[in-house]
Amino acid sequence: MSADVIDTTSEQRQTDKPTRRSHRLPGSRVAYAFIAPFFAVFAAFSIYPWLATAWVSLHDVHLSTYDQQTWIGLGNYRNLFTNDFFWNALRNTVTIGIISTVPQLCMALGIAHLLNYHLRGRTFFRVAILMPYATSLAAATVIFLELFDPKLGIVNWLLGTLHLPEVDWQGSRWPAQIAVSTIVTWRWTGYNALIYLAGMQSIDTELYDSAVVDGCNRWQQFRHVTLPGLRPTILFTIVVSTIGAAQLFGEPLLYHNGMPDGGTENQYQTLGLLMYQQGWTYDRLGLASATAWTMFLIIVAAVGVNLFFARRRDRAEARRLRSVHPVALVETGRNR
Amino acid sequence: MKAGTQQRGTWVTYTLLLVVTFASIFPLYYTIVMASHTNAEMAAATPPVLPTLDIVQNMKTALSMAPLNKGLVNSVLVSGCITVGTVFFCTLAGFAFAKLRFRWSNLLLGLCVATMMVPMQMGVIPLYMMMSRLGLAGHLSSVILPTLVTAFGVFFMRQYIAQAVPDELVEAGWVDGASPFRVFFSVVVPAVRPAMAVLAMLTFLTAWNDFFWPIITLSSQNPTIQVAFQSLATGYAPQQSVIMAGTLYGTIPVLVVFALLGRQIVGGIMQGAVKG
Repeated sequence: MSADVIDTTSEQRQTDKPTRRSHRLPGSRVAYAFIAPFFAVFAAFSIYPWLATAWVSLHDVHLSTYDQQTWIGLGNYRNLFTNDFFWNALRNTVTIGIISTVPQLCMALGIAHLLNYHLRGRTFFRVAILMPYATSLAAATVIFLELFDPKLGIVNWLLGTLHLPEVDWQGSRWPAQIAVSTIVTWRWTGYNALIYLAGMQSIDTELYDSAVVDGCNRWQQFRHVTLPGLRPTILFTIVVSTIGAAQLFGEPLLYHNGMPDGGTENQYQTLGLLMYQQGWTYDRLGLASATAWTMFLIIVAAVGVNLFFARRRDRAEARRLRSVHPVALVETGRNR
Repeated sequence: MKAGTQQRGTWVTYTLLLVVTFASIFPLYYTIVMASHTNAEMAAATPPVLPTLDIVQNMKTALSMAPLNKGLVNSVLVSGCITVGTVFFCTLAGFAFAKLRFRWSNLLLGLCVATMMVPMQMGVIPLYMMMSRLGLAGHLSSVILPTLVTAFGVFFMRQYIAQAVPDELVEAGWVDGASPFRVFFSVVVPAVRPAMAVLAMLTFLTAWNDFFWPIITLSSQNPTIQVAFQSLATGYAPQQSVIMAGTLYGTIPVLVVFALLGRQIVGGIMQGAVKG
């Protein structure tokens, strides 16, 4: 094995044309040896299943007899798009996605700003806000299910002491969706705050100094130095949260005691739950596969929209700065 | 001190941070309370705020209802294997993408990054069929194999190696006549050990928390801890406190690790954020 490899290198060295950079590094054959183990596993257990799901989605397939697949073309997709459960799950996925992501990222930004002060006990605060992330989603959901319990939960007790009406956190659509979103928000806010904090700390301090010289107050510093500097990080967290929200599964599953219906009236059934229900409760693997591929296409579209707006904003920003203040442009450029 | 605004925090800063800390920790603390009180006590006009020693008995009951200890051992095994595999294979591939020239390398890397958009739902049905054909359904390896490598890992290692390992260092190894794998192990790996540690930590946590595929492929007799939580929570329990006690029992090990290694974990997540 090693003799082979050495041979390849020397051969590469002779045949490789010198290029500008790193002309002595060996080329293709050795590189393929390095990526082969990764791609072998990735192809077998990721790429193949993804493509096979597309194939299954064009068939009628059942769990017990999955070797007998009847071709039905786009039947599953037609079935899916004319199905109220699909549109309900899509709507729920979007609304839960928004309720769980937008407040979460805003709070994370605020918390990161607080953590960026010179603080006593900053390690304590950082570790403390990461504790929810250490709690697994299964454990967190079971815990919040209890906190939101209509009779035994502390949330309704608190509402009662404040003389507010009790809320049906399980049966009514919006409260249930808020409860599920709370679990997501609780687990991920601290983590995202740390990501933002890392982004804030990589912003050049000179920018703050010159902002102070220009007479910016704290808020203006945050608005004109911190936010622009964080924009790539914010985009990154938005994309990651979108991808996560689109496949939300565990929280709504356990929130209804492990049943994939998302509440008795499907009030918080997400696409991830619907797919599971189609496959493992109703034994329709073809339909479930069609749902899975549809979810993928929705994610691609959502991420595409995010990137499109981010790019357009960046361009508009650059144009605005060029017309207003040439120095500012240089500074934002340095930041990117 | 390091970069940032670095003004000193005022009492407002501390007050707000204490509120955030309270919100982060209260549900965990209250789990201890809920785990030690009966339904009747929890429904009282003034709910209890302190735990009692009944929690021990409730944990014992929970352990008799779901194989939590087996779940913990299985989770350590599964997450450990996945971590070793991911760190090793992704560092190999990340090195090739960062430092070696080969055909379509940019295209391949771009495709890798794009696959991070694929939802987990998209692979499970063929995986389920594949695992039952291979006779691995219900076996721990059916959980390990599909996540043994990740596209994120490759991208993460590539980014780090591209910055942290100078071309000259690698070239020097080649000029000395060392084989590529020799160069990899004696030059690259020592230089990127910090990134490997960060990737290991992130991978371990992700694998530990993985829920969707494990509940499909594993049975409640041979579960990971997450699957054990699910069967505990959905099984019949006379009192909610038993479910809470079991959940707490399975969560404590992670919380202890976090409390002990908190500083390193925070550092790892923040480094990962800048590189990733």
